[in-house]
Amino acid sequence: MSTKGFTFKGGIHPPHNKKQTEKMPIENAIEPKYVVIPLSQHIGAPCDPLVVAGDKVKVGQKIGESKAFVSAPVHSSVSGTVKRIELHQTTGGSKVNCIIIESDGLFEVHESVKPKGNIEDLSKEEVLAIIKEAGLTGMGGAGFPTHVKLSPPKDKVIDTIIVNGAECEPFLTADHRIMLEKPEQVLMGSKAIMKALGVNKCYIAIEKNKPDAIEAMQKIVAGVEGVEVAPLEPKYPQGDEKRMINAVTGREVPSGGLPMDVGCVVDNVGTVATIGNVFITGMPVIQRVTTITGSAIKNPKNLYIRIGTLFSDVIEQCGGFSEEPGKILNGGPMMGIAQYTTDVPVIKGTSGILILNKKDAAVPDPSNCIRCGKCVDACPVHLQPFMLSRQSIMKQFDDAEKNYAADCIECGSCSFVCPAKRPLVETIRIAKKEILTKRRKAVK
Amino acid sequence: MENRLIASSSPHIRSEETTQKIMLDVIIALLPALIASIFYFGFNSLVLVVASVAAAVVTEIALQKIMKKPVTVSDLSAVVTGILVAYNIPPSAPWWIPVMGSAFAIAIAKQIFGGLGFNFINPALAARAFLMSSWPTHMMSGWIDPAATADAITSATPLAIIKGTAEGQLPSIMDMLLGRIPGVLGETSSILLIIGGIYLIYRGVIKWIIPVVYIGTVAVLAVVVGDGSLVLYHIFGGGLILGAFFMATDYVTSPISDKGKIIFAVGAGVLTMLIRKLGGYPEGVSYSILLMNIMTPLIDKYVTPKLFGGAKNEK
Repeated sequence: MSTKGFTFKGGIHPPHNKKQTEKMPIENAIEPKYVVIPLSQHIGAPCDPLVVAGDKVKVGQKIGESKAFVSAPVHSSVSGTVKRIELHQTTGGSKVNCIIIESDGLFEVHESVKPKGNIEDLSKEEVLAIIKEAGLTGMGGAGFPTHVKLSPPKDKVIDTIIVNGAECEPFLTADHRIMLEKPEQVLMGSKAIMKALGVNKCYIAIEKNKPDAIEAMQKIVAGVEGVEVAPLEPKYPQGDEKRMINAVTGREVPSGGLPMDVGCVVDNVGTVATIGNVFITGMPVIQRVTTITGSAIKNPKNLYIRIGTLFSDVIEQCGGFSEEPGKILNGGPMMGIAQYTTDVPVIKGTSGILILNKKDAAVPDPSNCIRCGKCVDACPVHLQPFMLSRQSIMKQFDDAEKNYAADCIECGSCSFVCPAKRPLVETIRIAKKEILTKRRKAVK
Repeated sequence: MENRLIASSSPHIRSEETTQKIMLDVIIALLPALIASIFYFGFNSLVLVVASVAAAVVTEIALQKIMKKPVTVSDLSAVVTGILVAYNIPPSAPWWIPVMGSAFAIAIAKQIFGGLGFNFINPALAARAFLMSSWPTHMMSGWIDPAATADAITSATPLAIIKGTAEGQLPSIMDMLLGRIPGVLGETSSILLIIGGIYLIYRGVIKWIIPVVYIGTVAVLAVVVGDGSLVLYHIFGGGLILGAFFMATDYVTSPISDKGKIIFAVGAGVLTMLIRKLGGYPEGVSYSILLMNIMTPLIDKYVTPKLFGGAKNEK
């Protein structure tokens, strides 16, 4: 391991706050009495239900699917009876069509679930089909269907795969525990992706604040052709895929472009481990590792949770609130989405459930911008957040567009560092939405 | 319980840094020079600083009350302005000089333009220019020479001696570093000002770029124009150290980008030497910084960071 890890220009150093859970082994979550499985847990077309109320379903059975390419099927995480299909509040903030299944407590596994055999013996197309069929989406939070990433157009030559184990969001330790406890799944998943893309170079990139994970992964990849561990300097937002590519390979994804434009594919380590599990056991995505932590939860944990389990059930298993909660987040503190209710299900992209107390949740009052330039130094996209924010507030969206507001990745580094506590990314987000809406209209 | 959850947009954590903490750091960094000033120039230094700060704070509160705006004096920016106004005044000046200066700085240079962050020139330097043109005798004389045996009130500053506008002997380098020389209240103790500046750089309040490039430009130009033997007097004999570390680095009136900061500092250095060598005044730091303050929006418009994954930022 080199002493100096890979890194990128810009970014911030928020307090890690990972001590609470980084040493806690992954526990199985309690078996839910019923699950709420959204038909859209990903970017792309929502699934159509394959079951109706009253149907018996088994663990791993496909219950929702779409004909669209950019989509991912959903599977039942329990065995039991479909009660109803209805709109239910989800972590994204809106109501989504969900399949509500009452568990019979037996967890009978569906016949379709069986090991997929050796990756070496499968064709590229077969590997890709298995990944698609298993409902894989980006489990770091973005929720982009994995098979789409693994099917680049013919003119894009992919030469490097990066398994993203940065976990740069404060508080979260799910990916850390996965690398420690399931390194063989990560390796198996990496091999599957390499096979699907026909690439023989794969980096497993891990921030250096997780030396035990680096060690565990180095041990398992030792002697494996083409796979190596890339240590990264701990810095937020190192886990952003464009910053990740830049740190590991030195390449810059062009403005408005995708990782494949520079020959790279980046997948979250949780996604990759799940791919590994799909090949080993045949079980599609019905569970995920989630960190439940924060200042207002009694017993923080890393839990292996069935998709569709309600936040309220998970929180109860963690001993409930230690004090009155101020905020409940799906994800980490930098990019997580605040929930107004605990009656929302854990989905494929729920990397963490963060419960902040009243004090930590308080939204500070903004004061005048003093032009200190800290937001400019922090911006990993090299934008000028203070200016974009001002233009957004004054509704000068055309000016904001000229200054590349649409390139903002909404990482929140600018708002974090601002000494005047100004809502920088919050206002830039508005400009970005306006610009993207305008562009969509122009296309039509 | 549920409807009491806060559902704001991310990020959900903020750094500990506040405007108030930044201003407090600036005050801490300025205090050592005040102690030297009291030691060398006498108790009047303290009187002037206290009067100046009080005037700045009272003016800010009064104006914000009149304009029915929230009173923001707790951000401490008015205190910093008050200290800097006093630091730019001869140490034997009457107490009402800094009071007038601070009132002008806060009312005319700062609050009229919208308060902190909206002033287009440094308020303390604007106040200095205002005082220089309103009460030139109080601002251009009344120097105290701490090295003299008897109280000498009208001794010349090192830069005035270089300029030839005053008679006298140049002080030793050591006296100049310590501040045992005539000058305005807060500019003379170069060592303590530099320590304060390094503290600000260490604390991440300011970057090294403007002070180093500004002082470096002055040093190089001094050699170029044939003042090679006087380089140290150009650097430590006047207001350059105070100006470079504490006035030119003012966030509001200096460029945001690192490249812009370099342009700003080189410009200030060139103007300083132009004024010192060709202008009417022996000292040129404050007017140079004021002129570059006015250039700042232009610099910020054309010097922007290179977009990640983008071609050169064209506009």
